[in-house]
Amino acid sequence: MHNKPNNSPIKIIKNGASVQVTWDGDVLNCDSDTIIKQIAAQMSNTVKQLGFAAPAHGQWDSSLLSVLFGAVQEAQRHNIAVDLTALPQNLQDLVHLALAVDRKPQHKENMQFGFLGTIGAGTVKIWTAVNNVLGFIGEVFISLLRFFSFRSVMRGIDFLAALDDCGPKALGIVALISFLVGLILAFVGAVQLQTFGAQIYVASLVTIGMCRIMGAIMVGIIMAGRTGSAYAATIGTMQVNEELDALETMGLPKVDFLVLPRLLALVLAMPILTMLADFMGMIGGAFVGVFLLDLPYQEYWKYAINAFNLKNFMVGIFHGFCFGFIISMCGCYCGLTCGRNADSVGVATTRSVVNAVVWMIVITGIITVICQEIGV
Amino acid sequence: MKKEVQIDVKDLTVGYGDYVLLHDANYQVNKGDIFIIMGGSGCGKSSMLRILTGLLPPLKGQVIISGVDIASAPAKEVQKIREKSGILYQSGALFSSMTLAENIMLPLQQYSDYSPATMRELAALKLALVGLKGFDDFYPSEISGGMKKRAGLARALALDPQIVYFDEPSAGLDPISSRNLDDLIIELNRSLGTTIVVVTHELASIFAIGNNSIFLDAATKTIMARGDPKELLKNPPNQAVYEFLTRGEKK
Ligand SMILES: Nc1ncnc2c1ncn2[C@@H]1O[C@H](COP(=O)(O)OP(=O)(O)OP(=O)(O)O)[C@@H](O)[C@H]1O
Ligand SMILES: [Mg+2]
Repeated sequence: MHNKPNNSPIKIIKNGASVQVTWDGDVLNCDSDTIIKQIAAQMSNTVKQLGFAAPAHGQWDSSLLSVLFGAVQEAQRHNIAVDLTALPQNLQDLVHLALAVDRKPQHKENMQFGFLGTIGAGTVKIWTAVNNVLGFIGEVFISLLRFFSFRSVMRGIDFLAALDDCGPKALGIVALISFLVGLILAFVGAVQLQTFGAQIYVASLVTIGMCRIMGAIMVGIIMAGRTGSAYAATIGTMQVNEELDALETMGLPKVDFLVLPRLLALVLAMPILTMLADFMGMIGGAFVGVFLLDLPYQEYWKYAINAFNLKNFMVGIFHGFCFGFIISMCGCYCGLTCGRNADSVGVATTRSVVNAVVWMIVITGIITVICQEIGV
Repeated sequence: MKKEVQIDVKDLTVGYGDYVLLHDANYQVNKGDIFIIMGGSGCGKSSMLRILTGLLPPLKGQVIISGVDIASAPAKEVQKIREKSGILYQSGALFSSMTLAENIMLPLQQYSDYSPATMRELAALKLALVGLKGFDDFYPSEISGGMKKRAGLARALALDPQIVYFDEPSAGLDPISSRNLDDLIIELNRSLGTTIVVVTHELASIFAIGNNSIFLDAATKTIMARGDPKELLKNPPNQAVYEFLTRGEKK
């Protein structure tokens, strides 16, 4: 929090062809921007000199220095002579230091585009992004071909480590979340169905809902947050540590080495996790049915199993398979295209999750339409 | 006796997109040289190294290593050049999920057909060469920064390279470790005849190890001076080079 004193201790005196800036006592935390503007306002064409006068003692901080720096630059712009000699030596030195011309930054000129220019630049950006993504997908497919023809340099141990991470270690969270989702689904459904006295159909509702789509979606979201982001962070950090450069100069294909084990592991694990989620969701539903709605246990499972439909179940599993592909591709792509500092690892991680979720929704839409068309 | 040229850089322009760092650079690195690339901060030394190692395409010109133009040659030939060069990155760039021995065995697995046991032996040997005997099963996170650099060097040496590139080998090392690394570089050069390219600003290293150099200048975007650094100090071609080599003394 800054408190800006209105009565600044700095006085600006205009005297014919010269402007004098003076103060006495301490100058701490002054409003340098306003004061510089006030000084600049005094600089008319007739002014030939800018002078400063200051007490040798007295405290000051960078805000005073910033006033001096700003005023001197302003004077130089107006071709006004500056006299610093009445300032304490240390202040003079600091102003000279700040004004010393070093090499100018060369390439940070902000290019100003017009409206059409902005559209053009945006289009080029999108085009390169699309190009890069397609290139990456192509590389992954070539790498998969190499894998299936046993020419890949993927290390088995990397695959096992990835599988361990997205399989056994993810079981707990997936089970818990899908149990709760089943619970919620049953509860929300029950409130409606009770009004018709049809609460036994909660069993069908939960079974169909979980198996067809909810199981896969929940697993997808968990794994995007848990595993996809970890892929992006790990690979992004390797970029920062120059490990990706090292791989490249060693001639090891990055995709074989980093993407393939993660992709295969997740694509393998996701359908299995989806099955687990379906099952746990049904248990969650049964929990509500039996304990809250007082439905008989056998009755509940009879309806649940009646509603179970292999086609629905397979559609759910297929979703899981696709999501596994999407999550690992998004995670790895964001990691590989990560910048070279710590900040960009954070950006890559965020992007991987957002992209994965968006593409999962898109794919779900596409699969749903296709299923509609072929009548599944 | 005329020396054999190992790296031949012709009319090379270094930069990113429209942003040019260096115009039309020409220089040669002879076989068996310890070649220093020096210059002020931001003048493009690391970028130059990225071009030599094929990580960054040149904006213009050619980089010919052992007779192969790395920008235009077919991938197979470039691959062969890469197998024969080792790189020590600024941070070591060890793969953190692998032990030191596994790091060193990785290029061996890729490019040689030694048995796994032989590879282990070789990895142990390379680690011993850089003074890390017995650290085979340590992970990179379990050793210090200086040790990581040395382990990185062991990995760079895995395939008995003809050229080794160093990016600021002494950055972040204490004076003794830095000196030891210099000695190691000289030893490698002498006993194996390895050509060595070093990017550094460490004056002590420059004079201790270098026998040829180029000095890049950001203002003129050219190679401002070249030759043995000790000679350059004796007869500095201009003020900028003199100041650099004497830590900013005015002439
Ligand atoms: N990927 C990039 N894209 C655009 N500009 C870059 C990129 N990498 C580096 N630069 C710019 O190139 C210039 C030279 O960078 P480089 O890393 O080669 O300098 P350097 O000589 O190694 O400096 P230092 O001694 O500080 O390491 C810098 O001004 C930097 O801003
Ligand atoms: Mg650098």
